[in-house]
Amino acid sequence: MAAPRVIVVGAGPAGTRAAELLAAAGLRPTVVDEGRASGGQIYRRQPPGFRRDARTLYGTEAGRATALHATFDGLGLAIDYLPETLAWNIHGGALYVQREERARRLPFDALLIATGATDRMIPLPGWTLPGAFSLGAAQIALKAQACAIGSRVVFLGTGPLLYLVASQYVKAGAQVAAVLDTAPPGARWKGLPLMAARPALLAKGAVLIAQLMRAGVTMRRGVVPRRVLADAAGTRVAGVAIATPDGGEEVIACDAVGMGWHLRAESQLADLAGCAFDFDADSRQWLPRADEDGRASAPGIYLAGDSARILGADGAEIAGRLAALAVLKDLGLPAPPGQDVAALRRQRQVMDRFRRGLALAFPWPAGLVASLPDETLVCRCEAITAGALRQSVTELDAPEMNRAKAFSRTGMGRCQGRFCGIAGAEIVAAARGVPVEAAGRLRGQAPVKPLPVAAMADDASTLEATR
Amino acid sequence: MSENRADVLILGGGLMGAATAFFLRQRGLSVILLERRLVGQQASGINFGNVRRQGRFLPQLPLANRSRAIWGRLPELLGEDVEFLPSGHLRVAYTPEAVATMESYRDGARPYGLDLELLSGNAVRDRFPWLSPEVMAGSYSPHDGHANPRLAAPAFARAARRAGARIEEGAEVLHIEHEGGGYRLDTADGRVWRAPVLQVSAGAWGGRIAARLGEPVPMVVRGPQMGVTEAVPYALLPVLGVTTKEIREVLYLRQVKRGNIVFGGTGHGPAELDAPPHRANPDITLHQFTQLRRMVPALGALRIIRTWSGIEGYMHDEIPVMGPSAKWPGLFYAFGFCGAGFQIGPGVGDVMAELIATGSTTTPIEPFHIGRFA
Repeated sequence: MAAPRVIVVGAGPAGTRAAELLAAAGLRPTVVDEGRASGGQIYRRQPPGFRRDARTLYGTEAGRATALHATFDGLGLAIDYLPETLAWNIHGGALYVQREERARRLPFDALLIATGATDRMIPLPGWTLPGAFSLGAAQIALKAQACAIGSRVVFLGTGPLLYLVASQYVKAGAQVAAVLDTAPPGARWKGLPLMAARPALLAKGAVLIAQLMRAGVTMRRGVVPRRVLADAAGTRVAGVAIATPDGGEEVIACDAVGMGWHLRAESQLADLAGCAFDFDADSRQWLPRADEDGRASAPGIYLAGDSARILGADGAEIAGRLAALAVLKDLGLPAPPGQDVAALRRQRQVMDRFRRGLALAFPWPAGLVASLPDETLVCRCEAITAGALRQSVTELDAPEMNRAKAFSRTGMGRCQGRFCGIAGAEIVAAARGVPVEAAGRLRGQAPVKPLPVAAMADDASTLEATR
Repeated sequence: MSENRADVLILGGGLMGAATAFFLRQRGLSVILLERRLVGQQASGINFGNVRRQGRFLPQLPLANRSRAIWGRLPELLGEDVEFLPSGHLRVAYTPEAVATMESYRDGARPYGLDLELLSGNAVRDRFPWLSPEVMAGSYSPHDGHANPRLAAPAFARAARRAGARIEEGAEVLHIEHEGGGYRLDTADGRVWRAPVLQVSAGAWGGRIAARLGEPVPMVVRGPQMGVTEAVPYALLPVLGVTTKEIREVLYLRQVKRGNIVFGGTGHGPAELDAPPHRANPDITLHQFTQLRRMVPALGALRIIRTWSGIEGYMHDEIPVMGPSAKWPGLFYAFGFCGAGFQIGPGVGDVMAELIATGSTTTPIEPFHIGRFA
């Protein structure tokens, strides 16, 4: 019998641990990754020639980052590694990948999707101005290119990343004008009982905040942001306007803003594979259905890491192992020695409790999104305003997101709704007067990311398949 | 239950049904349209958007001409813009045989009032310099063009509703019965609908319904293969197509004014009546890339951002079913448009309304009669 063909998409914490375990079991998995080097976003490596040490790059997580990098690099020829490669479609039991002008069809017996997450954005008025970044992008600028997004930066949003990135900027010597958290002041206490599941992580968070306070950074909670302001020429970020309790407005001057409201799962491949999705009320987003080990509803598809559940990097490493063990079990192959599935599952459950606590402590401000002014640009790819999106519901009678997309073009552009889909659903739901889960979710459509027309199939059988 | 009674019941809310509802109201008949899901969501919404007459089965040209005239008046008729752009339609040929086919089609189309301009390879590249050297000739139809299929059928339905039609979305018909010289339809929600006249315009599902009414037709369903590029400056004015007998060369593309280039062709995927739509087949997407580069080499510098498929009904003879039933009085059909219904949709609605309201039509539609399969 030929060796089973197992593909891992993503070389971050989940993908690395999955590949490691599959290789230890004697398989030679194919690892497809968009990145130039392994590590994913959280443990992104600096470009060649950059010489910052791990402690500078990854702070308290330096040990984990270097361990993960070492594991991946140690896999060598035990895996078939395809870096800088886009996984753009799934069809007929094969993954379709592309690198430069080469398109390939990779048939699989098991596909492990570990594609991570991106920032969950709110399209505040002014969010497309030069100088406005997502928190993740602000962090990448620092980690990969060793530069700040501005000389005086406001961080706005909610979630642990808000404080982490702010503290990384302070440590790097950037001026942080303010950290503006939209979570109500009392929310943290609501999340505390669940977050107590991971006391060490909770303590790390407290230390971060203490460091920011010591550095004299302005920190506000319960912030109601109004808009990102432009300079006189209208060409760059000049400040962030927030509501004051008396109904007025306060402006915090800055030349760059990093924004993000926790994360959203990169779940397009799971969608293209035909996986079922469920609405997760805690994080207010649709997530692909998976059992406790990561088996999706579609046969042969496994999900691990933030692309399935936002558990963070440590949780992703565990989820990667669990999913790999599930692959081996379903293929009828023995697990490598020393794997304690029950213990991994217990750890994962603890992390899931923490995840739900975070969602309570740093809630998604649905009301703020639903009430964005009509002139706000919601879909930045296609330049569609909140007003036009609402009109597709109120005047053209679209009952849910996909119909609103068909009428208004919201979510039809290059990003395929990655950045506007979640906010768009809140706007559609409010305009329709239904709960957000009734507004549905944008159906995934290939390609996962833009695919060059120059791409050529290098496999003659590919063309044969279309006859 | 008098409120669920009308002069005409329309089964199926695609472009054909929605346009028929609109034109029936213009003729003063009361009409109820029953759509299982949402108006214009199937073939009417996912098709390429071609408003093309050239290349059609010649006896269909009178209908296509009538429809083309309506396309030009849609903003005033519907009070909405469906992005109709009469920017011309160009078919290219890669072989001498295809050039000969074009010449004979041009001669055949002329008596129907469709004037096509044949341009040799150099002349066609002088006018459209982005065409590849491989193009041997082009057949240009200056008054054809394209429109937005996502908008057209819903716009007809809204205009029909404003004119007094009842458009019932989410109304799944479970039973059809003859009753008292007319038709009784039962929907899944328990409601009952009655009318002396029934039009079946259920697209890919039309064959199944006709069979239930005792008029089986030879029909298959297929999934068109579509894609769209990122937006680039508006430069490709005419809709493009290929004259060929080889399905793998059949590519069509159009650039919308905002800049994206929509394309399709080179093969079909599967489709099913009782399952959600399939997605586009990536092997076909990649093959379309070779044909895109072949026709307009500069397209090799672009990226695509979306693909889709859906379901279309094809008759075995590639000719739609349109006109009265061969079996039952008061029953009419308009379905099975073989992947080429979008352009003639408004005309089909106008003709069907005329036929239902007056008993005849000034546009010849005999070749499309369901009786040909009896």
